[in-house]
Amino acid sequence: MIEILSETKCIGCNQCVSVCPTNVFDRVEDGIPKIARQSDCQTCFMCELYCPVDALYVAPDAEAAVHPVEEQLESQGLLGGYREKVGWGPGRQPVSRHEGMYQLALKTGL
Amino acid sequence: MSEARQWDGLDLEADVLVIGGGPAGAWAAITAARNGSSVVLADKGYCGSSGATAPSGTGVWYVQPDEEKRRAAKEGRYTLGGHLAENRWMDRVLDRTYEIMNRLEEYGYPFPLNENGTAYKRGLQGPEYMKLMRKLVLKAGVKILDHSPALELLADEHGVGGARGVRTQRGDSWTVRAGAVVIATGGCAFLSKALGCNVLTGDGYLFAAEAGASMSGMEFSNAYAISPTFSSVTKTAYYRYASFYYEDGTIVEGAGSTRGRSVIARNLLQGRQVYARLDQAPADLQPLLRIGQTNFFLPFDRLGINPFTDLFPVTLRLEGTVRGTGGIQIVDDTCATKVPGLYAAGDAATREFICGGFTGGGSHNAAWAMSSGSFAGEGASNYARGLGSRAATRELKGLSSSPLTSASADRPEKTAERIQAVRDEVVPYDRNLFRTEQGLTGSLNRLDSLWRELRQTPVERSAAGVKGREAAAMTATARWMYRSALARTETRGMHKRADYPELDSNQRYRLIAEGLDEIAVSRRQVEEALVR
Ligand SMILES: Cc1cc2nc3c(=O)[nH]c(=O)nc-3n(C[C@H](O)[C@H](O)[C@H](O)COP(=O)(O)OP(=O)(O)OC[C@H]3O[C@@H](n4cnc5c(N)ncnc54)[C@H](O)[C@@H]3O)c2cc1C
Ligand code: SF4
Ligand code: SF4
Repeated sequence: MIEILSETKCIGCNQCVSVCPTNVFDRVEDGIPKIARQSDCQTCFMCELYCPVDALYVAPDAEAAVHPVEEQLESQGLLGGYREKVGWGPGRQPVSRHEGMYQLALKTGL
Repeated sequence: MSEARQWDGLDLEADVLVIGGGPAGAWAAITAARNGSSVVLADKGYCGSSGATAPSGTGVWYVQPDEEKRRAAKEGRYTLGGHLAENRWMDRVLDRTYEIMNRLEEYGYPFPLNENGTAYKRGLQGPEYMKLMRKLVLKAGVKILDHSPALELLADEHGVGGARGVRTQRGDSWTVRAGAVVIATGGCAFLSKALGCNVLTGDGYLFAAEAGASMSGMEFSNAYAISPTFSSVTKTAYYRYASFYYEDGTIVEGAGSTRGRSVIARNLLQGRQVYARLDQAPADLQPLLRIGQTNFFLPFDRLGINPFTDLFPVTLRLEGTVRGTGGIQIVDDTCATKVPGLYAAGDAATREFICGGFTGGGSHNAAWAMSSGSFAGEGASNYARGLGSRAATRELKGLSSSPLTSASADRPEKTAERIQAVRDEVVPYDRNLFRTEQGLTGSLNRLDSLWRELRQTPVERSAAGVKGREAAAMTATARWMYRSALARTETRGMHKRADYPELDSNQRYRLIAEGLDEIAVSRRQVEEALVR
């Protein structure tokens, strides 16, 4: 479930408001969006991928809120970790292009 | 029923309206637009991130046009699917998928390269694929309405002529009058939080049935995916490397990812937690697996679990028709329904033609989404053109089976209770995975009375009202599923009858379910003879 929208990182671009399929966020006039309907979150991680400054954190637990602490996540490198793995963001190569994809297919047919 | 023009908000006209912006809807919209039609695409969420493909990604049934390879590809699922697929359709879909995947390369999808620098096209990463699809949809000149769930179709005596819904982020409504409508709203996973699936509540099935269309193969609707208990990620391919254990570390005999899911379900039903560990994955493969499906590892990494070495508890999450095969019946090669002006594509349409009663993993769904989307887009576009100037003067009415009102209607808690009541009938393994006459009949009695209640309950034209329509759609879907399941007194494809555990060769037919208040199930012959 979506847990963190970092007030210190967010630049108010409202991308998360746009892309969230289940409309969890609300736009705020002259401010940064807020997590308005946390229980509607389907834990799909899409908002994280579209946030340009890694200000969002979705905890894997799909059923219950777990209230993680932002500083801790930051120090564990978990903020923006998924976006990095998918290869989105300036200077990164999309993982879909990764030669490992082909190696994996050769070895396993996957 | 109500007149088309009385809703406030956005009012548009188009040749083709596409409802749903997953891969099927996106391909339908692009194809219709390239065919010269003006197109509007409305999505409940956001075209590009919404639906089952976007957050996950799919293997794709991409097979070189080589006779031997194609034959093997078609044979692969024929028996598993209970001999309900048809050669002619498999050929069409294989051809169209091949074509579309090659086009995706030209459009810039970043496929991995093989040693000769040639693109290797066996799968698509969801976020990447759907980001590109949104770009292509816009480039084709399609108008996208995001956060705009449809609530009902519009029609006159000649057929379907548009739809309307609400714009959840603006708080108003939209109406689109169109010569033809493509339903691409995906399947129904009953709000089980399987990856990306909570927008998939069977809305399109309900809309189509309200217009008079039928469902086909709704007994093939009990897909359950393995996932860690603590996670929404229902990616299942890697469980081929898993061993399954009880809490004390002893092996769960017979448990497995494909055929052994029933064993897992039986244990869970008895209250015995099952654990998995991907300990069959050779060490040299592990880093490659991590690249292959980043999202599979995401929950583990966040919780500090190494799935190759640590045991983790698993469950089976309902994916319903998303990885089932039942859906709206289509009656010709253009993916037309039996209602003039109405088309269906992707998971919203039946997939029996290419995989019979079973899909599981393995790429058929993605191939079907792109190819049926393009068939339907072309069909709808040609149909709209055929209407000519008549399209503009139609007197359209809304088709919702529950009254849609502008006033505040039902309490949200009441809707939540009804949704829970449907879930109670379809989520439990001993009702939906292992089906019996007694269980199905009991569920149907309760679902029928829930349906009667919903039929009388006004639905507000607002974001809150969307949930009311979802409740109705899920209830209707469950009723078509279980009426069909009751009629199929055998085990075939994914449909398992505990009281009829064998395949009965006399039941090689399709089951067509139609009706809202009274549901009739009839048999329809599979056009092609059995292939041995
Ligand atoms: C975890 C997972 C893994 C999968 N892996 C594979 C695989 O490897 N290979 C494979 O072939 N298939 C796979 N599938 C299945 C595949 O994802 C689907 O078959 C495919 O997404 C279907 O595409 P679609 O466009 O029909 O529906 P979807 O992609 O589900 O899109 C439906 C769209 O309709 C919208 N919508 C719903 N209701 C309304 C409404 N009332 N008004 C407006 N819009 C609405 C939704 O917001 C959504 O955007 C997988 C599915 C899951 C869940
Ligand atoms: S994880 Fe998905 S559903 Fe949840 S807030 Fe992010 S985008 Fe929305
Ligand atoms: S996407 Fe990120 S930066 Fe943009 S508004 Fe949302 S949280 Fe803030």
